[in-house]
Amino acid sequence: MPRAPDSAVPRPCLSLRDVSKSFPGVRALNRIGLELHPGQVTALVGENGAGKSTLVKILTGIYQPDEGAIELDGAPISLPTAHAALDQGITAIHQETVLFDELSVAENIFLGHAPRTRIGLIDWRRLRAEASSLLQAMGAPIHPDMRLKDLSIANKHLVAVARALSIEARIVIMDEPTAALSHKEIEELFVLIDMLKQDGKAILFISHKFDEIFRVADRYTVFRDGEMVASGMMRDTSQAELVRMMVGRSVEHVFPKQDVTPGETVLTVKGLTHPTEFEDISFDLRRGEILGFYGLVGAGRTETMQALFGITRTSAGTVTLDGKPALAKNPAHAVDMGIVYVPEDRGRQGAVIGLPIFQNISLPSLRNTSRAGFLHIANELALARKYSERLDLRAAALDQDVGTLSGGNQQKVVIGKWLATRPRVIILDEPTKGIDIGSKAAVHAFMSELAAEGLCVIMVSSELPEIMGMSDRVIVMREGRIAGEFDRSGLNAETLVRTAAGIEGEAA
Amino acid sequence: MTQIPHISRAIPDRLESPLATALKSWEMLLIVVAIAIFIANSLASPYFLNPWSLSDATFNFTEKAIIALAMAMVIISGEIDLSVASIIALASTAMGFALQFGADAPTLAAIGILVGIACGAFNGLLVSGLGLPSIVVTIGTMSLFRGISYIVLGDQAFRGYPRDFAWFGQGYVWWVVSFEIVLFLALAIVFYVLLHRTNFGRAVFAIGNNPLAAQFSGIRIRRVKFVLFVLTGLTAGIASVLLTARLGSTRPSIASGWELEIVTMVVLGGVSILGGSGSIAGVVIAAFIMGLVTFGLGLLNVPGIVMSIFVGVMLIVVIALPVVARRLRERRAV
Repeated sequence: MPRAPDSAVPRPCLSLRDVSKSFPGVRALNRIGLELHPGQVTALVGENGAGKSTLVKILTGIYQPDEGAIELDGAPISLPTAHAALDQGITAIHQETVLFDELSVAENIFLGHAPRTRIGLIDWRRLRAEASSLLQAMGAPIHPDMRLKDLSIANKHLVAVARALSIEARIVIMDEPTAALSHKEIEELFVLIDMLKQDGKAILFISHKFDEIFRVADRYTVFRDGEMVASGMMRDTSQAELVRMMVGRSVEHVFPKQDVTPGETVLTVKGLTHPTEFEDISFDLRRGEILGFYGLVGAGRTETMQALFGITRTSAGTVTLDGKPALAKNPAHAVDMGIVYVPEDRGRQGAVIGLPIFQNISLPSLRNTSRAGFLHIANELALARKYSERLDLRAAALDQDVGTLSGGNQQKVVIGKWLATRPRVIILDEPTKGIDIGSKAAVHAFMSELAAEGLCVIMVSSELPEIMGMSDRVIVMREGRIAGEFDRSGLNAETLVRTAAGIEGEAA
Repeated sequence: MTQIPHISRAIPDRLESPLATALKSWEMLLIVVAIAIFIANSLASPYFLNPWSLSDATFNFTEKAIIALAMAMVIISGEIDLSVASIIALASTAMGFALQFGADAPTLAAIGILVGIACGAFNGLLVSGLGLPSIVVTIGTMSLFRGISYIVLGDQAFRGYPRDFAWFGQGYVWWVVSFEIVLFLALAIVFYVLLHRTNFGRAVFAIGNNPLAAQFSGIRIRRVKFVLFVLTGLTAGIASVLLTARLGSTRPSIASGWELEIVTMVVLGGVSILGGSGSIAGVVIAAFIMGLVTFGLGLLNVPGIVMSIFVGVMLIVVIALPVVARRLRERRAV
C-alpha cells in the first residue's frame, strides 16, 4: 500500500453509493454518495438533522443501511458490527470521546489489540513501550500509565488519535472534535490532522465551524435533508457558497404561523449573566409574540432558558415580568409567576414516566384541582381531558402510563401540563426534536394558536426552517452571547447561519 | 391535501374498571397468601384460633409495621432510611434518662416522640439540604444514634418505668384489642390518606418515578424529602415509646436489626425498592403476613434462626412469583 498518494488525483479509498436509511416517519439518508481519499481531509457540512450522524453510525457499524453499497478500495464491504468497522480500519473520534475513564492511557490505546506474549498473555512491557513511542511521535505530553479520567478533553482526543494510529486505521472520522477544545488545543489538533494526512489516512471531518473547515479540509461534501447536494474541492468554493448549499431548501414545509401584532412588553431580561455559560443576555418579549432563539449546540441557549426557569443560577442581571422583578429562585417559583419551560430532554426532564397521563397533566396544577391539599381525581381527569383534546392527543386512556406514548404524544402531554397552569410565558426548548412529522405539525399549529391568544412564546430551535417559519423575531446566540437579532421581515437563512457560526464580512 | 373532517375521539378515563384493576393487583395476591397462611396455621396448631393468642400475635409486628408505613413513603420517593432502629434506641435512651429525673408517663412519651422527630430532621437536613445519598447518610446515622446510646448506657440498662407508662405497650383498649394494634390501624388510615389522597402523596410518587421531571414540574423536591425523613423519625419515636413500654426497660441493643425487617415488610407489600410505586394497603397486609408467619412458626416451636430463613425465602418467592407467572404466560403464547 502506498504511504502517500502517487498521482494528483488519488483514487478514493472509501466510497458510498446510493446509501439510504429510514427510521419510522423519517428518511434520514436518501441515496447519498460520499468519497474519502487517502491523505486528504473531507469536510462534511450540513444543518442539524441533515443526516451527518446517521452516516457516521453507518460507517462505524452501528446502523445498517437499508440499501446502497460501501466500497473499500473498490471492493464492496459490509459493516455489520462496530468491531467489523474496526477490522476494516475505520475508526471515529467523537465530540465526547468514547474511551474508558478507569483504564490507563496505554490500555485505552491498545484495548482489543494489545501485544501478546508467546503464551497469550498481554505483554505489558511492550504495550507501555509502544504506547509511549506512539505518544512521543505525536508530541503528546501524556504518560502512558496515567488514568484516562485524569486527562483534559484535548488530551483524551490525543489518546483517541493514538489509538487510531495504533490500529493502523485507514479511515478516521472526526465528529465535531473541536466542540469542547480551546483555541490552542484546536491548533494542536490540526497539527495532528496534518500528521495523519502525511501518513496517508483518509479523514472525514465534521464541524459546524467554517473557519476550521477552511483551515484543514481539502474536499467538501454537503448534506441537506438526508441528501447529498454537492461535493468538490475546498479551493473552488467559498464560505458564502457553502452556506447557500447547506440551507437552500428543496421542499418548503408550510408553517401555520398566523400574523399577529405583538402587544405590550411582558418580559424584560437585562444583562443576564452566568459565570461560564452565558453573558449579558438582554431582550424584551411582547404579548402574542413568538421569539426564536437560534444558535449552534453549546451556544448557551438552553442554559439561559433554564436560568429564566430557576434551574441555572445567575451571577448578574435582572428579569422583570409585567414590570415586577421575576428572577426565578427555583422552578416552583417560576411556575408561580407564570413562566413555564418545556425541556429538550423530554424523557428525563419533561414527562414523569411511570405516572399516568392525567397525573402528568395535573402535576403542576394540583393546587387548583385539589381541595385543601386533598386530591380530587374527577377534577384532574376533567383538566387532563380538556388539554388532551385541545392538543389532539392520541392515547388509549387517560390513566395510561405516559411512557407508553410516542415521543410526539409525550410532548403534547408536557405542553398540556404547562398550559393547564395558564402561564404568561412559555419557553419551548427544541419542541419538535425527534418527534414524527404529524405531531410536529400539531405542535407548530398549537404554538401559533397560543401566541394568537396572547401568550408569549420563546422557542429555542436548531432547525432553520422551524426558526424561520415560526418566529416573529429571532435572536442568534454564539458562545454565550447574543450575536444578532432579526425581525421576521429581515429573516434570511444564510445570515442566520453566518451569525451563529461567526462568519464575518462577505455579502450573502 | 384533503380536509379530514374533525371527529371528536373521546379518550376514556380508564382502560379498565377500578374493580378489575383491584382484582389483578399485588394487594389481592397478598390477601390470598395471608388467608392461606391463616388456614395453614389454624390446621397446624390447636392453640392458634384463640382470640387471646391472636391478639398476642399482633404485638411482635405492630411496632415495626408503624415504621413501615413511613418507610414505604420514603422508599417510594426513591430514598431509604436505615437509621430507624437506632432512632428507637436513642429515643428509648432519652426516655430512660428523663426517667432518672422523675418524668411522668405523658412526658416520657413526648420525649421519645420528639427525639424521633429530631433524628429524622437531622437525616432530612443531610439528605435534602446537602444533597447526600440517603443510603450513606442513614448508614452513618445508624451507627451515630446507637453509638450515643452505648456511650450513655454502657452495659447498663434503664429500668423502673411507671406502671401507667407500661400501658402504651401492654394495655388493651377493649377486650383483646390492644392499644398498639388500634394505634397501628389508625396510623395506617392516616398514611393511606397522606400517600394516596393528598397533593403531598402525589409529589412523592412523581419524585420516585422521575426526580428531575418532578423538579422541572415545579415540585419542591427538597422540602418533600425533608418531610419524609421527619415522618420516619416520628414513627420510629412512636415505636420507641411502644417498645420501651412493652419491655419495661432500655438497653442500647434495643430493636437491633429491625431496619432490615422493616424494609423487608415494605418490599413484600409491593413497594418497588427502586421507588415510584407501591401502596399503604400492601404494606399493611404484608405486616399481617409476617406477623402470622412468625407467630405460627412460634406455636410450632420452630427456633428463631429457622424463622428468619423462612421469612427470607418467603420474600424471594413472593417477589419471584409474578416474574415466573409472566414467563410461563409468554412461553405459552409462543
